Amino acid sequence: MQFTRRQTLIAGSGLIAATLLPISAIAASYPDVGVPDDFTGGSPVSSGDITLDTPEIAENGNTVPIRVVAPGAVEIRVYAMGNPLPGVTAVSFGALAASQSTSTRVRLAGTQDVLAIAKMADGSFISTSNQVKVTIGGCGG
Amino acid sequence: MISRRDFLQVGLAASAIVGSSAFGTWGRLSANQALTQDQLLQFKTYGNVSLIHITDIHAQLKPVFFREPSVNLGVGMNKGAVPHITGADFRRLYGIEDGSASHYALSSDDFAALAQSYGRVGGLDRVATVINAIRADRPDALLLDGGDTWHGSYTCYHTQGQDIVNVMNALKPDAMTMHWEFTLGSERLLELVESLPFSVLGQNIFDREWDEPMLEIFPPYKMFERGGVQIAVIGQAFPYLPIANPHWKFPEFSFGIRDENIAAMIDEVRSAGADCVVLLSHNGFDVDKKLASVVPGIDIILSGHTHDALPEPVIIDKTIIVPSGSNGKFVSRIDLDIDSGIVRGYKHKLIPVFSDVIEPDPTVTSLIDAQRAPFNDALSEVIGTTDTMLYRRGNFNGTWDDLICDGILVERDAEIALSPGVRWGTSLIPKQEITREDIWNVTSMTYGETYRVEMTGEFLKVVLEDVADNIFNPDPFLQQGGDMVRTGGLGYHIDVNKSIGERISEMTLLSTGEPIDPHRNYVVAGWASVNEGTEGPQIWDLVENYIREIGVVELEPNYSVKVVV
Repeated sequence: MQFTRRQTLIAGSGLIAATLLPISAIAASYPDVGVPDDFTGGSPVSSGDITLDTPEIAENGNTVPIRVVAPGAVEIRVYAMGNPLPGVTAVSFGALAASQSTSTRVRLAGTQDVLAIAKMADGSFISTSNQVKVTIGGCGG
Repeated sequence: MISRRDFLQVGLAASAIVGSSAFGTWGRLSANQALTQDQLLQFKTYGNVSLIHITDIHAQLKPVFFREPSVNLGVGMNKGAVPHITGADFRRLYGIEDGSASHYALSSDDFAALAQSYGRVGGLDRVATVINAIRADRPDALLLDGGDTWHGSYTCYHTQGQDIVNVMNALKPDAMTMHWEFTLGSERLLELVESLPFSVLGQNIFDREWDEPMLEIFPPYKMFERGGVQIAVIGQAFPYLPIANPHWKFPEFSFGIRDENIAAMIDEVRSAGADCVVLLSHNGFDVDKKLASVVPGIDIILSGHTHDALPEPVIIDKTIIVPSGSNGKFVSRIDLDIDSGIVRGYKHKLIPVFSDVIEPDPTVTSLIDAQRAPFNDALSEVIGTTDTMLYRRGNFNGTWDDLICDGILVERDAEIALSPGVRWGTSLIPKQEITREDIWNVTSMTYGETYRVEMTGEFLKVVLEDVADNIFNPDPFLQQGGDMVRTGGLGYHIDVNKSIGERISEMTLLSTGEPIDPHRNYVVAGWASVNEGTEGPQIWDLVENYIREIGVVELEPNYSVKVVV
């Protein structure tokens, strides 16, 4: 099918309209992850037995492998703090889960901190974060 | 500044290992004293195991000139630490006499004059003689190649690495790791790897799709029984291949430092009975120093990538780090006394391969000549001559890239030229003829197209800041180990101690003297783009045309980059 100039313009303005929506309006369609305060409800977050594996420099910012391990967690959430929508994933663990870990891939808009928060069985929260660098490429030695 | 004496004491105090470096025997010979092969090779065999390390050969089969950098800045905790000490300061640190053989081999000044006295370095037939001599002392010595071997010359390009593979196989390495080899493209790389009579090791070479190690093709380590003990050699390929080089040529692979996996491999080999753990690394020196400080249990790191040559190892905690230079200029020998899982002592020598002093091994000479024979006419054609010494190394510029950028500006009618900050590329001394082979030695690669595009001033700044952060980030794990992208037609100031976005200032278009306007478009030409589909003439053809046109290369000193340290 061929786009006419008019159709192209309409499609283009649709995209613009979408990007002008306030972030909270879009975030509302991802109620499970949201932002860190949605998860912790403002409770204090400490460090603890939680490990976040990320590359030091992303090989491809569009698909960065990450892994979180938090023994004893009932839920783990991950946030890419520099993305327009920081929420990445939310994973709950039942009482019979053999291990409390999750891995996924995340698109990063640029160099930023990736934050992992775990909710423990007693309702407390622990977290850790890593900076992941996204570069446009350099020159090898 | 720390004195050499303090430096040695720091090294020894931090370690229970008793060690020595036999560097002095050749280091103090001056130009008017004759060097001999026996002096260069002299080594009292020690302990029960010998390691031989060679790295970053860049496919240089024949002897070459190679000038070390005069500018090599360290940042953060590596500010003022080796290898970020150059010239006279470097010689004072190690007690090297001015004008001596080691001055010529290890530092940069008076290079052209000393090159006349001491001649060329390297040549894999001379390297073979050194290796054979060590094997005569210790028949089961391990020969380990740190990679960047199958890249960097006319014949390597035209045989897709077959020439250097054939010659290296004759040297009988026990293992290697890799970097530029991947730029041959996955298909050719795997074809060559499968043909090898030894292993290519890489604990950080992973399948990209599943993020799993590729144990069949690239085992993470190999165990060797030597001198009655078990030596585990773990491989570490260059961590940032997909960023620094075109990932589309090897899309199946993922890398990274993966220090947790190194720790896991150390546990695995120790459980399997390893008495000594060697990391055959293409990380770069500062990355290896940090790695030694965060991952315990590595006895020796054989360090490559950043092309540093140091006459003595650097010891971090209990890890001995040995960098062995580049281009076949040096071979490191490390003898170890290993007993019941403990390295009790070491003896080290960085052996300089002075090609007029060390006899070539005749078998390897004829093998090298056979590889080159089909290309001899093309290799030896004289394109021009140079009145200026041509070299590449230096954090911000070198005369080869000044010449290449001049050529790009003229041949592609651009306002600004960019040349990648790679560290390979051999040198020429004044009054030398420039052959086609010489041009290929500084340009050969599988993605040498010279693009011509428009970039805004703002984007140019982003590019410079991004590259600068890959070199001068204070965290060594975020350094990629190259040098700054070279610029033609563009001057700037750089403060290496600032952070990304703040290092570069005073960007100036040199043709008009006007500041770079962030909103204006500039015509920019350059080579070695990592993007697929880049179009333009190959850089070696462009440089050859340019040198033919000017006939004699005569360059003005380049003051276009002002550095704040």
